[in-house]
Amino acid sequence: MAEQVLSDVRVLDLTWYIAGPYCTKLLADYGADVIKVERPPDGDPARKMGPFFRDDPHPEKSGLFLHLNTNKRGITLNLKSEWGQGVIKELVRDVDILVESFSPRVMPSLGLDYEALEKVNPKLVVTSISNFGQTGPYRDFKASELIIYGMGGAMNQIGLPEREPLKKGGNVIQYQGGTMAGIATMMAFLVASEEGVGQHVDVSLMETQLGTIDRRMAQLLAYQYNKATTARADPRDRRAYPGGIWPCADGYFELAAVGMLWPSVAKMLDMPELENDPRFSTVLAQQMPGHKEQFEEIWYPWIMERTKKEIVAKGQASGVLCGPINNMEEVLDDPHWWQREFWVQIEHPVTGKLTYPGAPSKAEQMPWVIRRPAPLLGQHNEEVYGKLGYTKKELVRLKENGLI
Amino acid sequence: MAKLPLEGVRVVELCPIWAGPFCCMLLADWGAEVIRVESRHHFPVYTRGTSMVRPPLMQVNQVWSSYAAYMLRGYDPSATPWNRFTLFNSHARNKLGMTVDLRRPEGKEIFKRLIGVSDIFIESNSPRVMEELGLTYDVLKEVKPDLIMLSLSGFGQSGPYKYYRVLGAHQEGFVGHTYIRGYTDMDFTASTTLYHTDEAAGAHAAFAALMALYRRRRTGKGQYIDMAQSEATIPHLGEAVMDYTMNQRITERLGNRDYHGAVQGCYRCWGRDDWVNITIGSEEEWRGFCRALGDPEWTRDEKFADHQSRLKNHDELDMHIEEWTGRLGKCEVMHILQAEGVPAGLVMDERDAYTDPHVREREFFNELTHADCGTHMYPGLAWRMSKTPNQLRLPPVALGGHNEHVYKQVIGVSDEEYQELEKGGHIGTDFAPEIP
Repeated sequence: MAEQVLSDVRVLDLTWYIAGPYCTKLLADYGADVIKVERPPDGDPARKMGPFFRDDPHPEKSGLFLHLNTNKRGITLNLKSEWGQGVIKELVRDVDILVESFSPRVMPSLGLDYEALEKVNPKLVVTSISNFGQTGPYRDFKASELIIYGMGGAMNQIGLPEREPLKKGGNVIQYQGGTMAGIATMMAFLVASEEGVGQHVDVSLMETQLGTIDRRMAQLLAYQYNKATTARADPRDRRAYPGGIWPCADGYFELAAVGMLWPSVAKMLDMPELENDPRFSTVLAQQMPGHKEQFEEIWYPWIMERTKKEIVAKGQASGVLCGPINNMEEVLDDPHWWQREFWVQIEHPVTGKLTYPGAPSKAEQMPWVIRRPAPLLGQHNEEVYGKLGYTKKELVRLKENGLI
Repeated sequence: MAKLPLEGVRVVELCPIWAGPFCCMLLADWGAEVIRVESRHHFPVYTRGTSMVRPPLMQVNQVWSSYAAYMLRGYDPSATPWNRFTLFNSHARNKLGMTVDLRRPEGKEIFKRLIGVSDIFIESNSPRVMEELGLTYDVLKEVKPDLIMLSLSGFGQSGPYKYYRVLGAHQEGFVGHTYIRGYTDMDFTASTTLYHTDEAAGAHAAFAALMALYRRRRTGKGQYIDMAQSEATIPHLGEAVMDYTMNQRITERLGNRDYHGAVQGCYRCWGRDDWVNITIGSEEEWRGFCRALGDPEWTRDEKFADHQSRLKNHDELDMHIEEWTGRLGKCEVMHILQAEGVPAGLVMDERDAYTDPHVREREFFNELTHADCGTHMYPGLAWRMSKTPNQLRLPPVALGGHNEHVYKQVIGVSDEEYQELEKGGHIGTDFAPEIP
């Protein structure tokens, strides 16, 4: 097995759903030995969340779970039992990092708060990921992808002025929270490995939005500087030409609204006479009444005759910042990421071989390696509990008692 | 443990716009000495301003939203607009700043000397830039063999799109995020520009830099990291990727609906542009919701009898919900529903964020004083560490704001050399006159 940068790091993973598992996936994919603890009998609720392989809602066929839990070993353990809590304390002796994403009241109620864990292992880093953080009046509030974005992110500015604000796609807010938790964990681990002292890291998903999103941070600051709040604007009221999203022969593409790039637009269109055309050559001129219509008379025939691939290739060759609006089929078909060997094939005992998103970074000395697929529910019980001294027979009894 | 986690680590930042600077911000926030290298002779668009460095006030007001405006006193850009640009000032705290013209030999020499005394070098330019400057990893590792260098370009250092120039908004389109968000009844031209790739890639870059630092501490070895912003974002779209690779199904837009099948939406409240988000995932949450509303007649309609039927009649359910929320304030709705165990939260505007009792109690915003902008509250740290209490320390870095310190104390330039470089136009606190 290839030596990886985190090969000597041991992680106990008590997370579920999306943000926490993405944090521990980052660690696992770069080599950490992550033991994922799931509750019996159903395991991580993400196992019940789609998409499912061939649309079969089977606990080993959730694409979400398979993606989020690569390279982890999995055990089942009932944390509500005194025995289960004892097992956690035993496992914690031998790990560097514990990550959990329960509601903030859960760990203390199990007798597994940071103070208790620190007594067992003073070097331990404990990362707690929660909706609103470990303190404050909303500490115990429930949330969702949508709610976190509305409270922490820039949702109030996304969408059309007269309509409801809009969320982002999929679950990107929770993934972002998990990525931030990964950085925070790594930082605390660097301190622990240098100085031998662990600590408790408090990651609030709401704050990872308030404090890491360009749109949000810039506008929060704008309010401080100018007392200006930002309302939703219709992107079709273009502020500078030809910025924004446009239709074309086979779909849509997007161009940057950067005034000084106008000569590049003239080049893209093969119309050098437009370069110094006073109607369009400055952003101010583009705003004058009637100019938009005159530009569109030239623009629409050109874009509607071309595919997004053609337009983007021509735009990029001319110095115009632009890109296509791709769907997932087009993303998976795109030669760029195949040539960079980004996609990865992972063999799984239930679904067989599938294509997954691959490494977020390329570095010879820091390889990202798939050593094993996401664990089956309780797949490593024998291995992990065996090491703690439990016999196969005892494991059967533990299972019968609902403990594993 | 008063020391911050990254104290003693020196980072050189050569990054335009946001993804790279954000990565360096995360390192600077937690103690790294981040030195931002800028040029008086080059104005990267959107970094310290839009294309107009010294814009007439009218243009600023007409063309740019607060998102990318030169702020202060009625959008007045003042004499130093580059120090007042909100997009820049949002990430530039806790850093030091120097200016040098890397296109000239003596500028390259200074840069190499800086690299020679630094630990990590982060750049987020198109690959062409470092190649043309002759400041690639191969060159820099000769100067500093254990250097950690991270390149964070749009598409990475290889492949057909290597030299493509994009903003976050275009990468969103390339990787399939733009396609899966937006109103279900509108086409893509109505989609608001978003930049998720900036925050996703910047965060992954910081994570990678920390891992490389861990490795260097154990082995004494540096390394080169090639990160494509697009590749650092695609894992955030895991469900949509897997649905295609498992079922050859293209994920379509869902508006505000839940990918995994909870009942949810964004509902209008009493007030001006006031909204609340509500998610009802379980039977228990549905019962809590009904209780919160006082069990009105319509909730007993068989159209809403179980989760499946609620999903089937989602549009009609939304009308009932909005009929109720429309009579109440957004905070009121949140508190009434949360008291019954139902996930709900207001849609916050900027003012809400600064006055929210939870955000205040957690002291998320920190006060900083900037010489050109005055004293303001700034968005603070994205997480807390129990034994390394921390808050924002230095205000957003002004152009060339720490020239003397960095040149003389860090790089070790003599007084004579410094004067020479100043005369040559490398050192200064404004842009060279040739910049429009």
